[in-house]
Amino acid sequence: MRHVTVFPKSTVAKREKILNLLLGSSVIVLFLAVWELLFQFKLVNPLFISAPSRVILAEIAMIEDGTLLKNLSVSAKEFLLGYGAAVLVGFPFGIILGWFKLVRGSFGPFIAALQATPRVALMPLFIIWFGLGITSKIVVVLMSAIFPLIVNLRVAMTTIDADLVHVARAYGASRWQIFHSIAFPTSLPFLMTGLRLAAGRGLLGVIVAEVFGGAEGIGYMIQYAGSTFQTDKVFAGVLVVAVTGITLDFSLDRLGRHFDRWRGEVPVH
Amino acid sequence: MPGYKINVIKKPILAVRESAFFFEGSNHIVNAGIKIMSGIAQGYLANDNRPVKLSIKNIVVGYLDKQSGHTLVAVDKVSLDIREGEFVTIVGLSGCGKSTFLNAIAGLVKHQHGEIRVNNRIVNGPGTDRAVVFQKASLLPWRKVGRNITYGLELSGMKLAEAREKASYYVNLIRLNGFENHYPHQLSGGMQQRVNLARALACDPEVLLLDEPFAALDAITRELMQNELLELCEKVGKTVVMVTHQIDEAVLLSDRVIIFSARPAYVLDDISIPIPRPRKGHIKDSEEFRELMSKIWRVIEGNANIGGGI
Repeated sequence: MRHVTVFPKSTVAKREKILNLLLGSSVIVLFLAVWELLFQFKLVNPLFISAPSRVILAEIAMIEDGTLLKNLSVSAKEFLLGYGAAVLVGFPFGIILGWFKLVRGSFGPFIAALQATPRVALMPLFIIWFGLGITSKIVVVLMSAIFPLIVNLRVAMTTIDADLVHVARAYGASRWQIFHSIAFPTSLPFLMTGLRLAAGRGLLGVIVAEVFGGAEGIGYMIQYAGSTFQTDKVFAGVLVVAVTGITLDFSLDRLGRHFDRWRGEVPVH
Repeated sequence: MPGYKINVIKKPILAVRESAFFFEGSNHIVNAGIKIMSGIAQGYLANDNRPVKLSIKNIVVGYLDKQSGHTLVAVDKVSLDIREGEFVTIVGLSGCGKSTFLNAIAGLVKHQHGEIRVNNRIVNGPGTDRAVVFQKASLLPWRKVGRNITYGLELSGMKLAEAREKASYYVNLIRLNGFENHYPHQLSGGMQQRVNLARALACDPEVLLLDEPFAALDAITRELMQNELLELCEKVGKTVVMVTHQIDEAVLLSDRVIIFSARPAYVLDDISIPIPRPRKGHIKDSEEFRELMSKIWRVIEGNANIGGGI
């Protein structure tokens, strides 16, 4: 009665994990191999498809001449500023929206309408309003990333355990105490999900905005390489975006699990 | 009493008449859809000179039934005096309004009429002089056991270090030491309920309110927890009001058992349990215990048959 048994991860589960890893990576390797072969044996016009080896070479060239770093830093700046603003505004706003019935009633439909509008469609307006520089891109990222945050935190406020609130009230808790001792901790897992979704949307936003109109950034680099038929450079740019996206998602997932420790064993999706 | 629109059911009144000798001044007035009933439970300890800790006078709790649009009465003019250190249990049919009554004492439900006093001070709304243990443990899942036990104290504005120190006595008493760093999900239902109890006791309330505290536990754990609560209460000497469905639980733990009628609840009977303390769980096997249980059961059963309140 005095200690709690924590079951170790069974070896069966471990074996399954290794197997999945092997299967997953072999599909990727196979794909790259077929791609490379298609190029080497000139089965498809090399101008169209490039090849993994050429993409890597292009990547190295871009690192060496500094274009990758220059464009990446522009995109990163746009992304981080837009994403940061989205978190700073979306997190509290989502909570307020979920917490206060009146706010939900008044802003709910407006938010829903905005959310349904594809933000990329507003890009021409953003360019007119904020110019071709960095600001219009930041606004696109902000507008793309903010909605998953608002929606998730609003939902979080509606999933607050009524029994916990009941207990808190029985102990004489004020509304503010209920908020910070129950509502806020409840919102954290939802914030983490929101952050992950928002990162994906924000990344999409920054690339689309740069492709649409700009003179620097990874999106612009991809667009420029494409219009000059440098397919290996296009793929090199896409690879950078993909790696960034995966890294971001993975780190945010890790961070989320850190905040979820109280749930016990988190099921692996 | 404005705002009352009650469909009068004749049958419960018959029940009251039948058991009228339990009441002082059972005045039932049926008038223009308004029913007023009163049952003052004095207990049989009139010569008890302990101060009255919790005094309830003629409280009425009603709520708006959203379907019919009528105000329904859950608790109808209940009066009850509970002395310091007394353990009083309320039993009654399910849905009779006993939990509502307890919630009214806790201040979670507003009463429309009458007054509730703790230490002769009128209470209106929740306060630190009362602590409730609900059927569900309702621990904050993201807080470790230690911080769950201090939760009530923290809400009252106490610094964490001080709260920890104050709670530590009850952590030891309820034998939770060593579990402070576990998360609630790592504990069994019985253990979670002990944390719930410790959280309430840590606040050192004037009156401890227990709302079917063991109803969600399995039969074996429930028996064990009853014995543990018995021992605990005899040690700390708190004034306790408990609501339960288990008659044996009521007899084992209580100094008095109050029997509520079918809804709307009024006091049908107030039975004192003269079994001397300290008690042990095995008194459940005694003749006296069984007699008290069947006495209580007869009152409940009689009311259920007449009132059709099941």
